[in-house]
Amino acid sequence: MTQGRNQITAWLLLLPAVVLLAAFTHVPAVMTLFNSFYNTPRGVRPAKFVGIGHYTDMLSDPVFLAALKNNAIYAIGTVPVAIGLAMLMALIVNSSIRGKAMLRMSFFLPTILPMIAVANIWLFFYTPGYGLIDRFLGMFGFAERNWLGDGSTALGSLMVLAVWKEAGFFMIFYLAALQQISPSLGEAAALEGAGRWYFFRRVTFPLLMPTTLFVLINAIINSFRLIDHVIVMTRGGPDNASTLLLYYIYQTAFRFWDTGYAAALTMVLLALLALLAFVQFGILDRRVHYK
Amino acid sequence: MSVSALPQPLQSREQSFWHALEVLGCYLLGALWILPLLYAVWMAFHPAGYEVRLDLTAPLTLTNFIQAWNAAPFARYFLNTFVLISVILVSQFVICTLAAYAFARYDFRGKTLVFMLVLIQLMIMPEVLMVENYRTMVKLGLVDTVWAMGLPYMASAFGIFLLRQAFLTVPKELDDAARVEGAGPLGVLLKVYVPLSRPIYVAYGLVSVSYHWNNLLWPLVITNSVSTRPLTVGLQVFSSPDQGVQWSIISAAALMTSAPLLIGFLLFQRQFVQSFMRAGIK
Repeated sequence: MTQGRNQITAWLLLLPAVVLLAAFTHVPAVMTLFNSFYNTPRGVRPAKFVGIGHYTDMLSDPVFLAALKNNAIYAIGTVPVAIGLAMLMALIVNSSIRGKAMLRMSFFLPTILPMIAVANIWLFFYTPGYGLIDRFLGMFGFAERNWLGDGSTALGSLMVLAVWKEAGFFMIFYLAALQQISPSLGEAAALEGAGRWYFFRRVTFPLLMPTTLFVLINAIINSFRLIDHVIVMTRGGPDNASTLLLYYIYQTAFRFWDTGYAAALTMVLLALLALLAFVQFGILDRRVHYK
Repeated sequence: MSVSALPQPLQSREQSFWHALEVLGCYLLGALWILPLLYAVWMAFHPAGYEVRLDLTAPLTLTNFIQAWNAAPFARYFLNTFVLISVILVSQFVICTLAAYAFARYDFRGKTLVFMLVLIQLMIMPEVLMVENYRTMVKLGLVDTVWAMGLPYMASAFGIFLLRQAFLTVPKELDDAARVEGAGPLGVLLKVYVPLSRPIYVAYGLVSVSYHWNNLLWPLVITNSVSTRPLTVGLQVFSSPDQGVQWSIISAAALMTSAPLLIGFLLFQRQFVQSFMRAGIK
């Protein structure tokens, strides 16, 4: 077969994927940038060029700033906790404890259920006075609280749900990594009289590092991408106390129909994701190997 | 190899006490994690009066499920979800297989660049670009169709990457042998690569099905009628707070919409976990 024919075959094989990816990822990303410099057409009035107007508006938009701050708190609050728990769960499930299958099921089950379904269930748990959490705390004499309706607890309540939902998913990656670690390492360490904590700190944890970095990036992406629970439980409220960036984009585009401003907001999200991509492929890849 | 699996030669009384405490802690964590779901099951199978009364003599009932089923067109939503995930899965298998084959076994100009461009989608999922994708669907006249829900996901970077990795492990000799016997590129792909990568297809299939069964945001944006809405959007419409539905009925609806995944998982737990692990290792 000639080199030329090979080239044509390769491109024909790629054609459907390339067309679809271009149509729904690359072109929209470029168009988002383009549209972010125009305001939203209203009725007969066409879109007008506003330059960086949307971006300067953003700096004085309290909802955007709140969304950015909330998203940062959300990521910083959920990601390390979920990763720590995931590692712990994987160690438990990979140990010689009795009832491993049951434990694994209980950790993993939340991750395969729709976020919308579990968010509805948790909505009940958070119900002031009547819900499970207030009933439980009531036994210890705590007053009832409007968990989702109070600006100081709304975001935290969403974060607890997110950790519960995601930890089991990340556990799977750790479980896979743990099973690749040779048992002879543990035997050798035991012969040397190394304690379990010492062994974890000096052997297991470093060997899990590539997994941790991989999970870390994915967990951060998820914290920007998943807003189903915001839609169900708080709708960003009260007073934007629990709004996240993608939720604000959703609201701006499909509630207020201000697509020009939504495009500019999307650019901020794209910039953040690009930064993450840069960190992953540019810096961390020196240590993480995709064979 | 885990820490707690280390042999413990010196088992003093104090040590076994700490060990027991540790085991107890593990079970507590497991119980805590399953509790919300168990509670949802409790609410769904008991009359509304027992929502917050844990009485073991409470009568079991299916009323909540029946009421939920009759309160919204869930049968239609089930059908819509089923059609949606089938369309996506079949298209993903075909499109990703072809692309993965090109990346694994062909040399062509710009290969590295195209591969990088594909990988971008791992970071920028279609829902992030929903504003622009919505505009595209309006132009194509596809709003509120199964195609609008599915098209952005069909060329999945994750699938292409996963299958490429699998194809790379197929010995080149098998490829050559099939070609000597006169098989064309597609013949080799179907006779050699696809059968040898079956576990990866199962893994990718399970991940994809559970992702799209659960997906809410993009379908919520792009659908507006009962005849296209998938289960997740249907549940969202059904349980909106202003509807004032009882908690026990909402629980029943939530469990009902997750039931096929839940039952599938409980039956094939091993395969599920292994598939997710396989998809995760890369």
